[in-house]
Amino acid sequence: MERLAFYFDSRNCSGCKTCQVACKDKNDLAIGTLWRRVYEVSGGDWEQKGNAWLPHIYAYNISLSCNHCEEPICMKNCPSSAIKKREDGIVTIDQSICLGCKYCSWVCPYGAPQFNEEKGVMGKCDLCIDYVDQGKNPSCVDACPTRSLDFGEYSELVEKYGEKEHIYPLPNPEITRPSLVINPHKDADMDKKMNPEVVNMEEVKHA
Amino acid sequence: MERRKFIKVGALGYGGIIAGKSLLAKLMTSAQIKKLASTFSGDERMVRVGCPSHNCGGRCLLKVYVKEGVITRIETDDRPGDDISDPQLRACIRGRGYRPRQNHADRLKYPMKRVGKRGEGNFERISWDEATDLMAKNINRIKEKYGNEALYIPYGTGGYNQTCGKWPADRLLNLYGGALGYYNSYSWACINLATPTVYGTRVTGNQRQDWLNCKYILMWGWNPAELRDGTNTEYFLRKARENGAKLVCIDPRMTMSAVSLADEWIPIRPGTDMAMMSAMVYVLITEDLLDKHFIAKYCIGFDETQMPEGFEKEESYKEYILGIRDHHPKTPEWAEEITGIPKETITRIAREYANTKPAMLYQGYGMQRRAYGEQVVRGGCVLAAITANVGISGGWASGIALQADDGGPFWNVFPTLKNPVKAKIPCFLWSEAVIRGKGMGAEDGVTGVDRLSTDIKMIWAVASNAIINQHGNINRSIEIIKDESKVEFFVVQDNFLTATAQFADLLLPACTQFETWGMEDGWKYGDELILQPQILETPWETKSDYAICAAIAEKLGIEEEYTQGRDEKQWIEHLIGVYKSSRFPDIPTLAEMEESNVGVYSLPVTEPKVAFVDFRKDPEKYPLQTESGKIEIFSKQLFEKNNPAEIPAVPKYIQEWESPFGAETEKFPLQVIGPHYMPRVHSTHDNNNWLSEAFPQRIFINEIDAKTRKVKDGDLVKVYNDRGAVILPCRITRRIMPGVISIPQGAWWKPDKDGNDLGGSINTLTSERWTPMAFGNAQHTIMAEAIKFKA
Repeated sequence: MERLAFYFDSRNCSGCKTCQVACKDKNDLAIGTLWRRVYEVSGGDWEQKGNAWLPHIYAYNISLSCNHCEEPICMKNCPSSAIKKREDGIVTIDQSICLGCKYCSWVCPYGAPQFNEEKGVMGKCDLCIDYVDQGKNPSCVDACPTRSLDFGEYSELVEKYGEKEHIYPLPNPEITRPSLVINPHKDADMDKKMNPEVVNMEEVKHA
Repeated sequence: MERRKFIKVGALGYGGIIAGKSLLAKLMTSAQIKKLASTFSGDERMVRVGCPSHNCGGRCLLKVYVKEGVITRIETDDRPGDDISDPQLRACIRGRGYRPRQNHADRLKYPMKRVGKRGEGNFERISWDEATDLMAKNINRIKEKYGNEALYIPYGTGGYNQTCGKWPADRLLNLYGGALGYYNSYSWACINLATPTVYGTRVTGNQRQDWLNCKYILMWGWNPAELRDGTNTEYFLRKARENGAKLVCIDPRMTMSAVSLADEWIPIRPGTDMAMMSAMVYVLITEDLLDKHFIAKYCIGFDETQMPEGFEKEESYKEYILGIRDHHPKTPEWAEEITGIPKETITRIAREYANTKPAMLYQGYGMQRRAYGEQVVRGGCVLAAITANVGISGGWASGIALQADDGGPFWNVFPTLKNPVKAKIPCFLWSEAVIRGKGMGAEDGVTGVDRLSTDIKMIWAVASNAIINQHGNINRSIEIIKDESKVEFFVVQDNFLTATAQFADLLLPACTQFETWGMEDGWKYGDELILQPQILETPWETKSDYAICAAIAEKLGIEEEYTQGRDEKQWIEHLIGVYKSSRFPDIPTLAEMEESNVGVYSLPVTEPKVAFVDFRKDPEKYPLQTESGKIEIFSKQLFEKNNPAEIPAVPKYIQEWESPFGAETEKFPLQVIGPHYMPRVHSTHDNNNWLSEAFPQRIFINEIDAKTRKVKDGDLVKVYNDRGAVILPCRITRRIMPGVISIPQGAWWKPDKDGNDLGGSINTLTSERWTPMAFGNAQHTIMAEAIKFKA
């Protein structure tokens, strides 16, 4: 069976975080837990020329959840085998087995698994597995006011939107082979850009 | 914003619109409807309901799941066929994140009256019987002693659907002799009054589907991605861009819209937009890029050959631009010094706008909430006119741009009735009417009477935080409100103990919009009506705004007249009938809408309407409603105000009363702007922790200004001027022009013991001074200094 995946269009994402809050609402997440979150990236510098200002700067957003990787490094490193991958690629955490050791959160390069203080176990995006089983889209996808998120089989998304690209600040996709197809923002060309950085760290930090 | 009474009821033409004949204009199959109507089994039910109206620019649809009387989940519009003619009304973060507000522990639960001095914030619980007695007694006492003109229901939009918020209170007082009225709004005072000085109407906007026909879009101070200036506006712009339009964003901030919608961002110093517009016109004149034929046929006052009779010797617009009389040609070099935009950029944008047809110059409202906000409105309209972008598909006339051809959504069908009091004040001058109302006249914008007969003596703020938090100069407003000899009775009716409510003599606890019946149509754009069924019990001792007013009506002995025997739901049924007889002839009944659980009735737009089509076709046969019948670049009406320095007859750049160019910069070198912020609708949702987690309230400062002040990201920063001080953590950002800081408006004022505002309300710093022509708020015109705060 073909693996399921997210598509994210960075070109049109305004960074409104409706996806983040739709996820929070669907999954009843506590403050400090963000199974989907939006990174604001910017870089460049201002130049003063006489009394005028030239903005050699750029900014874009990355909305990110668990990428349900083809090679889930979290699963490999889970000492209690609580992390499982379904035939359709959905990676889940069985909270009845999870020890809450946080190994998965240390190894995941995307910050997807997050500790649930109340239950003492890990949690993360499960692609709204209940919705998927009902034939519906994950909550975040249908939430997006700019229609910048999509969901489907990985190969279909690649066919529809093109191959994914390496986009800052995401790690090299070869590490875990994420099920994520991204259309980069016009200003996200890594070769040409100066000093990109995530500038909203306080908004994306999580437990 | 102004709520307009709809005038053309019964005379609506729907030519060009394919009106939906079925319940679902999207032509869903019956199976699809059935699927939509199905609710979850067991004890959880799902209801489609309009997102509570708080005067953001959106009107969206929610799917709300309720279990055991509590909302468990909120989703959004899922109608099939999400296409451009009738896109899904997808809610943003403010709707999807509604649960913390709805379930908040701090909800006002019982009527309360003040204990101790006004503003100390101490209250005791009372019964509704005592509360409504207090209301009736005070209304009667003040009415007898000072007259109805002493009663005032201020501007406020915390509850803003068809039947909640201030409308029921207006109806009540209008049935009881009336109250002092107001005009204008805190949103668009200048644009509302200045647009008709050019065009004779406010209906200057094409339907948004027409944006797909546009080739060049100047988003001037316009940030719909964050505001939601109409649900789906950002989506229509995305589609226009995919269709080949170039989008350029001119704004002091690299806004969410600049990042997600624009091909280019041009930072501009706040309050200098008219300098850039004037220089663009200079380029058009000197490079012969104007549409001379259009100007000759459709405009007056552009040059000396077309001045109105009797005004031939006055300064024409062209003379102003070329500096014939003032010896200051409005060149791009001149504008570069003022705007901070390189002259080459100004020239290029002028050429692009003139040469790419059709083009759209959309004016945001922030730049007209400034010192001479009237000018930029007229300036934008004139640019659209002299490039002949008026009256054509893909073009845009600028101005306030209500939707063609009928002005768009109804906005107000609940009968608030005629106010027997004729006197009106500009809403931003309420504090003036408190401290010196008696005798105020036309020089203060008073209309309907020569002079006010009394000061305001009772304020009943319904769903309004605009007395303390949202009005200019909080520390001044507090001194005025605290004086119990001025406003003798101050009532606040709301969901929470807001900054305004802390000063109340009487607190009336209103329920939320999920806890009663309501209905909303589009905000500025759209052709839909969204139902708001009651989905939760009315909790504790809260009541709907309508039920509160009905209870007061009973004490005043006018209950029958007031209610007409209707409860909230029966009013909705009645009002759907009003729509049926006017704007939506095919709308289903309330019972049918409830049964289907579709939540929304919408009309797809396949042939979007274009404003001024008839005028463009034949200006003789279809003249504008201006005095000349033409587009008035020179305004006789404004000339006759006899204040050329502040209200010129042609649109001009005027240096603001606080600006980076005056002596004030020695003490206060930074411009401060208070934009709309994604997590709030004005001050609503400030206490919502899901939303403040996503977007905390911060002082946004450019890295260059931060560096000279030795401020690091996250440091506590104090921003202050002579009116007050705000202390907040800062966010260092590249996305704002150097010399400008941003403190998003709407955060709740929370003073420390020294009076510093730790909540971060921009109005701690703003001024109560109003604009010269519209008497509008100029709250974005402020200067301040920022320093690293050390406790």
